[in-house]
Amino acid sequence: MSQLLNVSTNPHVLANVTTKSLMRDVILALLPATIWGVIQFGPYALLLIILSIASCVATEYLWNRGFHKEQTIGDLSAVVTGLLLALNLPSGVPFWMPILGGVFAILVVKCLFGGLGQNFMNPALAARCFLLISFSGIMTQFPQPRFGAASTADGVSSATPLAAIKTAETLGASGQSLKNMFLGLSAGTIGEISALLLILGGIYLIARKVITWDIPVIYIATVAVFVFLFGQHHFDLTYVMMELCGGGLMLGAFFMATDYVTSPITPKGRVIYAIAIGVLTGVFRICGNSAEGVSYAIILGNVLTPLIERVTIPKAFGREGKKK
Amino acid sequence: MSTGTGTFAGGVHPYDGKELSKDKPVRKVLPKRDLVYPMAGQHLGAPAKPIVAVGDKVLLGQKIAEPGGFISACIHASVSGTVKAITQHRIPNSGMAQSIIVENDGQYTPAPGVGVKRDYTKMTREEIRNAVKEGGVVGMGGAGFPTHVKITPKDDSKIDYIIANCAECEPYLTSDYRMMLEEPDKLITGLKVLVSLFPNAQGVIAIEDNKPEAIRLLSEKVKGEEKISVRPLKTKYPQGSERQIIYAVTGRKINSSMLPADAGCIVDNCDTLIAVYNAVCESRPLMRRIVTVTGDAVCDPVNLEVRTGTLYSELLEYAGGLNCEPEKIISGGPMMGQALVSTDVPVTKISSALMCMQKDEIAAHPASACIRCGRCVQHCPSRLVPQKMYICAVHGDLDGFEKLNGMECFECGACSYGCPAKIRLTQAFKQTRQAISARRRAAAAAAKAKQAAEEAKKAEAENAAKAGKKDGEVR
Repeated sequence: MSQLLNVSTNPHVLANVTTKSLMRDVILALLPATIWGVIQFGPYALLLIILSIASCVATEYLWNRGFHKEQTIGDLSAVVTGLLLALNLPSGVPFWMPILGGVFAILVVKCLFGGLGQNFMNPALAARCFLLISFSGIMTQFPQPRFGAASTADGVSSATPLAAIKTAETLGASGQSLKNMFLGLSAGTIGEISALLLILGGIYLIARKVITWDIPVIYIATVAVFVFLFGQHHFDLTYVMMELCGGGLMLGAFFMATDYVTSPITPKGRVIYAIAIGVLTGVFRICGNSAEGVSYAIILGNVLTPLIERVTIPKAFGREGKKK
Repeated sequence: MSTGTGTFAGGVHPYDGKELSKDKPVRKVLPKRDLVYPMAGQHLGAPAKPIVAVGDKVLLGQKIAEPGGFISACIHASVSGTVKAITQHRIPNSGMAQSIIVENDGQYTPAPGVGVKRDYTKMTREEIRNAVKEGGVVGMGGAGFPTHVKITPKDDSKIDYIIANCAECEPYLTSDYRMMLEEPDKLITGLKVLVSLFPNAQGVIAIEDNKPEAIRLLSEKVKGEEKISVRPLKTKYPQGSERQIIYAVTGRKINSSMLPADAGCIVDNCDTLIAVYNAVCESRPLMRRIVTVTGDAVCDPVNLEVRTGTLYSELLEYAGGLNCEPEKIISGGPMMGQALVSTDVPVTKISSALMCMQKDEIAAHPASACIRCGRCVQHCPSRLVPQKMYICAVHGDLDGFEKLNGMECFECGACSYGCPAKIRLTQAFKQTRQAISARRRAAAAAAKAKQAAEEAKKAEAENAAKAGKKDGEVR
């Protein structure tokens, strides 16, 4: 042996999983819902998605370049942020909106706090809330999808199913059908309309062990119980199902509440976090002005994460009996 | 009777690589060069003390070094020959240790008494324990804890289980597996010897369920044995860790400050039990080791029976040599093993494998930013939060590390293995744990010194008082 041997501490083998492979799986899991969004809302939706991703990646690239940091765009996390942001936008927003949102997400929420792993809020959601507050008019105009049952008089924009249900006297009067909401035939943001495709994506991520079942399942269950008890049409199971399939809940539950950086890593903490954002979602949806609440609930949960983790450090193996 | 679940929470499933060598019967090989017996690094505790001098003739099985303390073990010559030198030599953990170098005369003349058959049922407990001690038997699973200390708990009646650790959860290793298939009677007898020491104990042979042939064979062999049973365990790394195997078999939990005996258990590795059999029933001290020579850089992976003290470099040719320049060579398996700087180090009592890797995955994967995915938390068998421990470790926050129960970590490597950002968690924990141990030792020494100083002061004051009294009396 002529060459020197490598030396390091154990372990000497590593699992195949990398940050990039995880992000790639998230993108793959989002593709069905993304494609459906483009089918429903046309090529302009595709343009918005591309602009959003490009804005996020370019911002991160320039930040790293400008500050002579190692280039990190290859880990695909900026692509995920851009895609999630676009999926959370209505398809009728002006083209500069996803660009502005992308810069906000990556520059303000991610890079200024130290880059990947250091952001205290989900960048895509924080940017969505930023846009929602700043441009609430445009951000709440929802164009009618190409394929769908209900159509409004002007044919351009309509209320989301959740808003219709919220203001309607009875469930029947809202004119919404659970089937349309489940399949993705009603109004909404580009990526949130089809609960079915989002659930399929979520199952793919759980099967690939990219995410664990705990946060999405507990979150959805909490929302279900909450609206069943306290919702406008409480004790009506169809209404509960419509609440679950409507708005950003499925997108939020599988793809944003599970964001690694901003959700707790302690087992008990994950349960507390999921219940907390579930209750917040219910409160915002039922008591708030808007029929929506997932985004705000999750970013509030993000902010609570460090505190939740602090009080839920698990007892070590064999140390369960001891206090502290 | 056992109430364990057969598994534990956490753990990982690395590629096990066992098919490379699992069907290769153990081949006995003899050393060709001088033998090196290091005084440290082949058992836990104090280094052994040489009792031979340069130029002395030694015989096969002759004791050449005595235990250097209560927790220590004696060392025997595995060949007959002449002591050539007593000098510093490199050992598998990359350090140097005082070593006895023996020139092999090729005769293998046994020392008197070696190989004499004994019936353990006619021996007293004292005699059995002494035979284990004099046989230099240590835990051969890797830690090298002296077995005679392990089998001498405070209260014999409180031991309920002797667990034969035949999990062999470490990837690539097949030495224990081969011994289960080839020497099942010695393994079972070794276990029975230990069970006979404890009035309330039963023996459990715990095997991971990826070794169905071994489970079948041993289950057959223990049929009719009242106190011995076979317990299949779920295949998962680190199932063979002492704390995890006790939990999997009995449902009892111990932590870093407890001994298995505190939970009524004694855990001994497969090959250790065979060493117990050899020491007690055949008066043969521990002087051989089964080593798996494997990895993608060796031409023909094999299982070898090697005399302790043989240099690793000799073993490679029995495996057909190397098929390339390996980037990394490991003593032991890929999860817990130690990377070697050189193969001119001796096989010790705790060597289990020589693994040659074409590529070093660690060097090929630089660490990137933590994304807080929580895999380390899911994988940790000690239910720790490695992500937070790592932050403490890199900031040198020893108190924070201790508060997170970092001292419960046993450096199994499961967190590093599964980390998508390839962060060197285990390495950081190893360093931090060493720093904390050093700090604890320093604090203990300081406390001792302080106490001694105070006592001296007190004694002085008392003396002065006495003197004063005397003065008064005189007045």
